[in-house]
Amino acid sequence: MIRVGMADLNICMSPDAITTLGLGSCVGIVLYDTTLKLAGLAHIMLPDSTQIRSNSNVAKFADTGIDALVQLMEKNGAKKSRLIAKIAGGAQMFKFSSENSMLCVGKRNIEATKIKLESLGIRIIAEDTGDSYGRTIEFYPETGELLIKTVGKTEKII
Amino acid sequence: MSTQKKFEELNDVNSMPYDILREVGNIGAGNATTALSQLIHAKVDMTVPKVELLNFPELSDIVGSAEKTVVGILLNLSGDIGGMMMFMIDYSAARHLVNQLLGDEYSSNAEYFSEMDLSALKEIGNIISGAYLSALSSLTGLKIIESIPYMAIDMAGAILSVPAIAFGELGDKALLIESEFNEIDYSVNGFFILIPTEESYGKILSSLGM
Repeated sequence: MIRVGMADLNICMSPDAITTLGLGSCVGIVLYDTTLKLAGLAHIMLPDSTQIRSNSNVAKFADTGIDALVQLMEKNGAKKSRLIAKIAGGAQMFKFSSENSMLCVGKRNIEATKIKLESLGIRIIAEDTGDSYGRTIEFYPETGELLIKTVGKTEKII
Repeated sequence: MSTQKKFEELNDVNSMPYDILREVGNIGAGNATTALSQLIHAKVDMTVPKVELLNFPELSDIVGSAEKTVVGILLNLSGDIGGMMMFMIDYSAARHLVNQLLGDEYSSNAEYFSEMDLSALKEIGNIISGAYLSALSSLTGLKIIESIPYMAIDMAGAILSVPAIAFGELGDKALLIESEFNEIDYSVNGFFILIPTEESYGKILSSLGM
């Protein structure tokens, strides 16, 4: 099992699997080339690199993170036209009383992810996003299944 | 005359700022531990605080595993010091604390927390975080305004992503002053984590004559 940390990305080829633990407001983006059974996973923290001063780590942002992941997958033989996406995360962990946009970053991360994927012509075929709980995700390129684990709920596959 | 203070100087564990921050953690957590001890009528020990400058991927490792279920109580800080204060304990430790506070009549072994349990937990978080922050405030002479406590019970990684994101806007590293405490009989483990912004870091040091 290949592990991807916060603000990090990596790829994985069947029969191996790839995971990221404890997604909160962050979004986990799985890109999958069904022909090669090659998957990529990015764990992004923030929506937009152009809004931030310190943006050297591309994997931290939805826009640059997805670009970097697509490039890495193409370098390993994937075709962008074949890629599909599954996304999870973007929760609001604390019920903040104010409508401070900083604190609603989960929602903004999901939006930015969707906009970016659409602009690249990558279809989202499944998602488990929003709400107020953390998620651990595991993707199996062999079957294309994304396993989602949460605290106090049953596991599900999307 | 003070120059701009940067987190990077903390890479040297023998540096003066490092020692000062550890002392800040010591005094804050010491006060908080006393408050906790009085609240639950039990002896509570604390460890020597750790000062760490962490990259985001390492953040959830401080509590063990990113998947571990914990209770996190978060306060946003404003005033002279910006940042966040987080009080984190294991799920089972939280159950024990609540039972201690509410007494035998209301104690429970239920797997889930009732509304009253949750409210008691929040109050515990509020009181001991307040004790930490008031010690920090008297020590530095800086005004610290704390928000109401926000609580989440979930995976450690997911909870820690909240301060990580808040500071991810400002840089690639977060400064953590962590203190671990233990209740002797039940080994109730927990963490106080103070996460000041880089600007506040400079203010804390300046206020202490650095």
